[in-house]
Amino acid sequence: MKNFLLAFIFLTISGLQLSAQGVKVGDVAPEFKLKNVDGNFVSFSDFPDAKGFVVIFTCNHCPFSIAYEDRIIALDNKYKSKGYPVIAINPNDPAIVPADGFKEMKARADEKSFTFPYLFDEGQKIYPLYGATRTPHVFLISKKGKENIVAYIGAIDDNSQDEGAVKNAYLENAIKALLENKTPSPDFTKAIGCTIKTGTK
Amino acid sequence: MKPLNFVFLLLLIGKVMSAQEIRITDFNGLKPLLDKRNDTTYVVNFWATWCSPCVKELPAFERVHAEYSNQAVSVKLVSLDFRKQLENRLIPFVKKHNLQPEVILLDDPDSNAWIDKVSPEWSGALPATLIYNRNFRAFYERGFTYEELAEIINLNMIKQ
Repeated sequence: MKNFLLAFIFLTISGLQLSAQGVKVGDVAPEFKLKNVDGNFVSFSDFPDAKGFVVIFTCNHCPFSIAYEDRIIALDNKYKSKGYPVIAINPNDPAIVPADGFKEMKARADEKSFTFPYLFDEGQKIYPLYGATRTPHVFLISKKGKENIVAYIGAIDDNSQDEGAVKNAYLENAIKALLENKTPSPDFTKAIGCTIKTGTK
Repeated sequence: MKPLNFVFLLLLIGKVMSAQEIRITDFNGLKPLLDKRNDTTYVVNFWATWCSPCVKELPAFERVHAEYSNQAVSVKLVSLDFRKQLENRLIPFVKKHNLQPEVILLDDPDSNAWIDKVSPEWSGALPATLIYNRNFRAFYERGFTYEELAEIINLNMIKQ
């Protein structure tokens, strides 16, 4: 009985550790309801006609996020009407990075005329569920029946510094694949980015 | 030349000479540094001037460089600053802080192609640090204090 109990505790703990690492391609995307810069709360259910979502953890201050702002706007303009709207989420703790506060998010969204929701992960509850570690960090989600399934995780493309030198537009290619009912390949990439700023670590 | 001007000139030369040349390389050029098989323990820190937690922990790496200077420990600071910001950000930063460990600019934007080669454990977030020698290898996607670095180095460095 004691061994059984220990095994149970061990499995429970390892299960918790797995969930702390976030989602993998093929997993169900965690639901959220977060405040947008316009004051309204946004969740997946606000997009009944969407075929999926381009969830991007990004922020104001990170040079990589800034370098990708125009590309994110262009992706939203191109693929929202095709069923894949961008939902941007700022995961940073403004107590650590004041430039990523809600007021500052609003200002940046106005300045750049963001065409997509820019949500604040207040209390930093959502990004750990996804396992986001950096900004920008993309989770492309595809609706399958009633479920939202993660189809691609990673980078926007292979050149943060120079859009003109991009050879592989990973995210756009993954969206195109989904639009053709294909599986994105690659479905997982990495990129250098700013660590997500949290006071608890 | 007035003596005062001469002193000023000497000071200026001293200042220029103490600032290191920054090596610029792609990942293939950096790779040998990540897998040396000798008695030295390498502490390779991936950082950038715009990364605030990186800048915060730099003094810890500088202190390792200073305190282990007569031992087989080598600190390398691999910057991921953008290439176009070399002149206006990285060089001034290195000069201002008079960084003594070698600074290398890793100019290779296709990071997906090489992040796993540094370590499969690395998601790509900064700061990150690789500590290794021929018997030991560990990768950390986190920040460090001097004491934390010293503990890892002391436990694993190759005794002469």
